[in-house]
Amino acid sequence: MGEVRLIEVKEEILADNIKVAAGIRERLRNTKTMLLNLMSSPGSGKTSLILQTIANLKDSLRIGVIEADIDSTVDAEKVAARGIPAVQLKTGGFCHLDATMVTKGIDALKLSELDLVIIENVGNLVCPAEFDTGAHKNVMILSVPEGDDKPLKYPLMFSICDLLLVNKIDYLSLSDFDMSALRKRVLALNPRIIIMEVSCKTGSGIEDWINWLKKEVKVFS
Amino acid sequence: MHELPITEEILKIVLKHAQINNVRQVMAIHLQIGKLSDLEDEWIQRYFDYLSKGTLAEGAKLKIQRMPIMMQCSACSASYEAEAAKIGDLACPQCGQKESSLLSGREYYIKDMEVQ
Repeated sequence: MGEVRLIEVKEEILADNIKVAAGIRERLRNTKTMLLNLMSSPGSGKTSLILQTIANLKDSLRIGVIEADIDSTVDAEKVAARGIPAVQLKTGGFCHLDATMVTKGIDALKLSELDLVIIENVGNLVCPAEFDTGAHKNVMILSVPEGDDKPLKYPLMFSICDLLLVNKIDYLSLSDFDMSALRKRVLALNPRIIIMEVSCKTGSGIEDWINWLKKEVKVFS
Repeated sequence: MHELPITEEILKIVLKHAQINNVRQVMAIHLQIGKLSDLEDEWIQRYFDYLSKGTLAEGAKLKIQRMPIMMQCSACSASYEAEAAKIGDLACPQCGQKESSLLSGREYYIKDMEVQ
């Protein structure tokens, strides 16, 4: 047996992903296409929000959608039925998207003809928070039935997002969800985050979301 | 839940350094991982044992140092350590303000490795 020695490595484990993500951001800057990463738990309303967004903006913005699912094409079919270019990525069992997978998605879209690409990430509040997708803005949805304690359980997700949509506020009267406790918890983690209360079902608050999105795309282009 | 892709990256980087340094056997790898990460130490080691079979890093032990979550107060700029479970209900120990931003606690870093 030889002598044991110590070798310095000093490398970020996710360095490759960070590099690919930065490349995506730069590439989309050149085509003036804003990339938005939408994250949430399963069933909180990602697809409903995307469909609402398309309905409100398809005459004023050119939108594309990248759908990520472990193994189905249901969501991409719903989006494509609205006449919007949609790419389905199957993550093959993985719980999140990384920048290399997103590259495949944007390669399949005609970026020069798009103002906005929305990524519907895999439904999960843990893993997607760890992997930079190359998006310019990170948005998450928390729906009322999930409870106001989620920032305590998944702090990283709340700390990396630019905007939080609290969806299904039409359920508020049926639940003990405490909106002011939620706001305090989220702002304590991330004072820069914007919080909006919406209902994709009734349309309540959707106008605020649409206005924010329009403004961000305009600033970007 | 995302231990597998993380472990693949660790192995890739370790083998690259092993090759550059003419290593015969990697004995241990020292990692620094932030407490905000949900990685389970046991699973990283299990995946590593599986992925590293037949490589210079087969049998290497992953020694994980958990890095503290540090917050910076938005009002007085004091930095303080936070526990992951209480991070949404924090107050600055200096001035009592609740708003803060994350300084560190998300690390995924390979520091060094013990080799022969």
